[in-house]
Amino acid sequence: MLYNEPSPLEVRVLTRRFGLPNSAHIDTYLGTDGYKAFAKALDMTQEQIIEEVKASGLRGRGGAGFPTGMKWGFVPRQSPKPKYIVVNADESEPGTCKDRLLIENDPHQLIEGVLIAALAVGATRGWIYIRGEYRYLIDIMDKALAEAYARGYLGQNILGRGFHFDLYTHTGAGAYECGEESALLESLEGKRGVPRIRPPFPAVSGAFQSPTILNNVETFCAVPPILLDGAAKFAAYGTPKNGGTRLFCLSGHVNKPGVYELPMGFNLLRMINEVGGGMRGGKKLKAVIPGGSSCPVLKAEECDLPMDFDSLMKAKSMLGSGGVVVMDETTDMVKAALRIMKFYAHESCGWCIPCREGTTWLKKLLSRLDEGRGTRADIDLVGDLSKNMLGRTFCPLGDAAAMPTISFVEKFRDEFEAKVARYAAAAGSAEPRLISLAQ
Amino acid sequence: MADLVTLTVDGKQIQAPAGTLLIDAAKRAGIEIPAFCYYEGYSLQAACRMCLVEVEKAPKLLAGCTLPVAEGMVVYTESPAVVAARKTTLEFLLTNHPLDCPVCDKGGECELQDMVFRYGAGESRFTEVKHHVDEKQWSPFVYFDAPRCILCYRCVRVCAEGMGVGALGVVNRGVISEIAPSHGDHLECDECGMCIDICPVGALTSGAYRYKTRPWEMNHVGTICTHCSNGCKTTLGVRNGEIIRANNRDRSGINGEFLCVKGRFGFDFNDNPERLTSPMMRVDGKLEPVSWSTALTAVATRFAEVKQRGGAFGVIGSNHTTNEENYYLQKFARQGLGANNIDHFRTGDVATLVDALSGSSGTLARFDDFYTAKAALVLGVDLAQQQPLLAFKLRENWRHHGLKLFAVTPGPVREDKYATAFTRVEAGQQLAALEPWRDQLKAAGELLIVYGASIKGKAVRDLVAFGASLGIPVKYVPLVDFSNSRGAIDMGLVPELLPGFKPSDQPGLTAPEMLAAANLDVLWIVGANPFERTQPAAQNAFIVVHDLFLTETAQRADVVFPASSAYEKNGTVTNVTGELQKLKAAAKTMGAKSDLEIVGLISKEMGIKTGIWTPDAVFDEIRKTVHGYNVPLPIIATGGAAQTAPVNGRVKVEANPALIQSAGDTLYTSGSLGRYSKALTSVLEYPGQLYHPARGTPVAEEAEASR
Amino acid sequence: MKFSPELDKKLNDLLTRYPEGRQRGALIPMLMFAQDEVGAITKELINEVARRCGVTPLQVDEVVGYYSMMHKKPLGKHHVQVCTNISCLLVGGEELYEHACKKLGIGHKEVTQDGQFSLEEVECMGACSWAPAIQIGYDFHHNVTPERFDQLIDALKKVQ
Ligand SMILES: Cc1cc2nc3c(=O)[nH]c(=O)nc-3n(C[C@H](O)[C@H](O)[C@H](O)COP(=O)(O)O)c2cc1C
Ligand code: SF4
Ligand code: FES
Repeated sequence: MLYNEPSPLEVRVLTRRFGLPNSAHIDTYLGTDGYKAFAKALDMTQEQIIEEVKASGLRGRGGAGFPTGMKWGFVPRQSPKPKYIVVNADESEPGTCKDRLLIENDPHQLIEGVLIAALAVGATRGWIYIRGEYRYLIDIMDKALAEAYARGYLGQNILGRGFHFDLYTHTGAGAYECGEESALLESLEGKRGVPRIRPPFPAVSGAFQSPTILNNVETFCAVPPILLDGAAKFAAYGTPKNGGTRLFCLSGHVNKPGVYELPMGFNLLRMINEVGGGMRGGKKLKAVIPGGSSCPVLKAEECDLPMDFDSLMKAKSMLGSGGVVVMDETTDMVKAALRIMKFYAHESCGWCIPCREGTTWLKKLLSRLDEGRGTRADIDLVGDLSKNMLGRTFCPLGDAAAMPTISFVEKFRDEFEAKVARYAAAAGSAEPRLISLAQ
Repeated sequence: MADLVTLTVDGKQIQAPAGTLLIDAAKRAGIEIPAFCYYEGYSLQAACRMCLVEVEKAPKLLAGCTLPVAEGMVVYTESPAVVAARKTTLEFLLTNHPLDCPVCDKGGECELQDMVFRYGAGESRFTEVKHHVDEKQWSPFVYFDAPRCILCYRCVRVCAEGMGVGALGVVNRGVISEIAPSHGDHLECDECGMCIDICPVGALTSGAYRYKTRPWEMNHVGTICTHCSNGCKTTLGVRNGEIIRANNRDRSGINGEFLCVKGRFGFDFNDNPERLTSPMMRVDGKLEPVSWSTALTAVATRFAEVKQRGGAFGVIGSNHTTNEENYYLQKFARQGLGANNIDHFRTGDVATLVDALSGSSGTLARFDDFYTAKAALVLGVDLAQQQPLLAFKLRENWRHHGLKLFAVTPGPVREDKYATAFTRVEAGQQLAALEPWRDQLKAAGELLIVYGASIKGKAVRDLVAFGASLGIPVKYVPLVDFSNSRGAIDMGLVPELLPGFKPSDQPGLTAPEMLAAANLDVLWIVGANPFERTQPAAQNAFIVVHDLFLTETAQRADVVFPASSAYEKNGTVTNVTGELQKLKAAAKTMGAKSDLEIVGLISKEMGIKTGIWTPDAVFDEIRKTVHGYNVPLPIIATGGAAQTAPVNGRVKVEANPALIQSAGDTLYTSGSLGRYSKALTSVLEYPGQLYHPARGTPVAEEAEASR
Repeated sequence: MKFSPELDKKLNDLLTRYPEGRQRGALIPMLMFAQDEVGAITKELINEVARRCGVTPLQVDEVVGYYSMMHKKPLGKHHVQVCTNISCLLVGGEELYEHACKKLGIGHKEVTQDGQFSLEEVECMGACSWAPAIQIGYDFHHNVTPERFDQLIDALKKVQ
């Protein structure tokens, strides 16, 4: 099912079956080139498959944007241990709601993508880790898996080609951190979602300490089209080193929020105005979070740029998970910063000191500033504490909390100051209060 | 051994085997990288971020506790960036820390305090409300104060990985994450208190020690635990003659960070109000306090008179007294009184093993073998309960070197959890049970055999024959129970053997025979409690007893001498693997004297020259005359352990296996002594039971954790 | 512990999904599916799952405390979750949450007297493009206005 009108500007590659009647059923899938890419892969060598994925310029859709083909290449050819595939369907990055649609509307495309990955590295088992809130997707996926088993696309001796592969769903239970690959693997093993020390990386020691390919749903879903239509075609949709299309989740103050599949490098302002139908109520654009709440915010004047990994890196932000959050002139940036930090404080796994203590401190600090009970020193402190977390935590969640916060304070300091001024006027002293340990 | 790489740390060129963790490599080179969560020997966490260092060409600071050294690496451990990072980490850490240092037990010994001082992070910019949780009591010994906890997970690891118990975990998420005990609101575990010792702050505190004193108000005396035969080093904290704490935080001695519940909390027998503080004599049927001279004269006169008319003496010594006391006692008895009825209660068949090993390729094991052996065979003993340090070492060996362990026991033991193979077998059938493993054992290439008292006499010889038939180097440990059981045998506290396993040419009665003999004129019992089970047959024997308490035996005595405890005397003891270690007097009980001094005074009173009775003088004589005890003095003097080496040759006398009996103590009992420890008797688990389904975490997890 | 035949079958099936000797992998799914039937993660359930997965109850407890969707206390028959994270916030998520409090007469993580409803302010639920969004139990509802919210709740009240 679709929750918003498609846009004529979309390039429907991964979403080509969206909206077809009964699109999740295997017959619909088979009737529209389904499992043809897999059949093709069966006649290719592992190297050929990986080369094809490399050539497509496909980069991870989960956030980090790591070249997928290269990642698959890291899996040791020879290994005494079995190899596994893990699908990251934890989709918890605020502003992101695309993997949900891919599974709901075309589960077999994901299964086929996983099968091809399994062929490429010789994996024997896989798990689709679906966030607990998406229970209905587990039912959809389990049904699709049953169909695939029934038609011989999963299980023993697949299509009589002597290839065995089992795929299961696995439910999460409410933890953003379990989207982080190593924490996800801990969770898959029945433990607290605490990230692992790396190296070793999953490709070498992942699920159950075996070599593992772990990718985002959208990443796997891009693989069948790549093999079917050829890497060159897929690469050509996007910009150099940023192959293909991307599902952008447009949300916030636009007239037509929704999930749209657009070529990599699609201009952000055009996305807002032409795809998203412009700003709601004709208000002025103030800022955009371009790739989910972990990405530094862009000011309106920074938004005229192509949406691909490298361009956003240049703009000192990130393409992240494709969650494009649009904010108009009426947006209270202090409140926005607070809400985002509240999220990270709630989701910090608690393992390492800077993130565990830092996010909570920042939350308390920001809520005082938001309520107008802060001082100028508090504003500096927000920036300072964020920088003290940055790059010093055990996993990237700490950075994910720090980066947007730093950008909010630096780019919208005037709004923080305004709230302080109101307070200072009322209460006088805006001096920082120091307590000494002696007390 | 991996090949060496050269790196530069703070401008200093150092070398270390490739793959060594930077934090270890630096430490060996004298550069201390601070850390809370890192603890050598346990699984890595990289959680506290205190060990962040600057590495040339690295985009950001790296954690020294997980960074393997590499050729040409250039590291700065105290650069401005690093110092700034540590300062801020401490600032974060202190946001929810109560800073109640003035009333905290850890004040003065707190790693967090030291760190804050070192980085001058005394000022905090935190003005928000702290997250508070009330303190909880988890067991008679373990108290937990959550706000003080810095979540370094040391306690969780030492309990799961070190002890194999897994009674501590982490609950909740984020800033409200908290350490939690095995049973919701309380702990059911070994009560070893390792978690308390290893806690860098005052989050886990000891019920035995809380609020009693400040660390700097105590004398710290390093001595040897007096409970079991493993011989753990323990540091006693003493204030005005009272022992108020025992721990091993400095990881000194053969036991490193290890101490069991007895070593850590079982010291309180020493200050039990029932301690005897004056000699007692039977006056018209009742034991009355008398002066030392009265008691000594009475005993000396009676001894002289009995010796005069060639009457019969029976002397029963102890498993707890020092080598010097044992040696001096048997010397005085044999040479001074002409008494050959001398024995003690034997808890392991050492003599037969020594004899069986003569001419065989097998040898007696050293303590180190427990950590280095490639394979170990555990026979007829609940190791974790009866030999806690040995069990701890084997577990460590398995974690660090992948030890292959084989267990043959009558019931479930903790070793099962990581054993390569184990079987349930009653005493007698043990050897047969080994056959199926023959090839596996051979393949291991080297074997350590650890066996309990149920294997004695012929069974020992068969075992040694089996070991020899494997054709690989095999080492043996005959398990014994008390703090100086080995010393008692080595010093000739048995009728058939003189010190150093020299056969006696006129062997007298054994302990059971003495108790059964109706014609004894004197029964002299030094630090043992035989009447607890057996009453003596000799109705009109003159009974002299040395003890700390008025035990069942002391109650029947004609004269009772108040003896000092092991924590009140100097001297040496020999542990289960033959390591000789020094006792250092820590406390004093007014009115009590060491058994050595008591024997010395009796000898003097009788005008018999047995030699000077100072521990050093007697030890000197032992080193000169007792085979295998000529150990290097400096090691002993500096509180180290020196391996004694009893003859590896024929012991021409055959002892009756029936004499050998394990005391059957659990983790929470310690012969008669344990009954006088309120601490031990107060734990939920007391007295415990051997071979009960072992507590602990599934091994697979534990093994991973330690990788 | 007694489960419905369906759940018992499900839990046994879960154990087969993980490599030999690594059945602990089934721990979280087991807790989640069992919670739906039992209504909460009780001490009894913790011990049962520990037994089935071959771990200690403490190891299960560690997990339960970590995940937001695991509840030791029973929720209302209808668990109403309102997202107030950034995308929802921008288009009235907070107002919707406050409205929900008033409508149900309860606050964050509270349960109504009759045990019919419980309320929770939650983090991003993956409906950002159709915000503000809520979940009742596992059912998503998009573009929810206060009026729409009332209709949903009233409908649920009727069926009782
Ligand atoms: C805190 C945190 C949360 C994350 N959440 C997700 C997520 O919900 N879904 C996802 O696919 N990747 C998530 N990631 C990224 C994963 O760690 C991993 O990079 C990604 O799944 C790899 O797949 P890809 O290469 O296909 O992107 C998260 C990373 C971090 C640090
Ligand atoms: S940064 Fe530290 S506390 Fe935060 S989620 Fe990662 S490991 Fe956990
Ligand atoms: S922000 Fe509310 S669903 Fe994503």
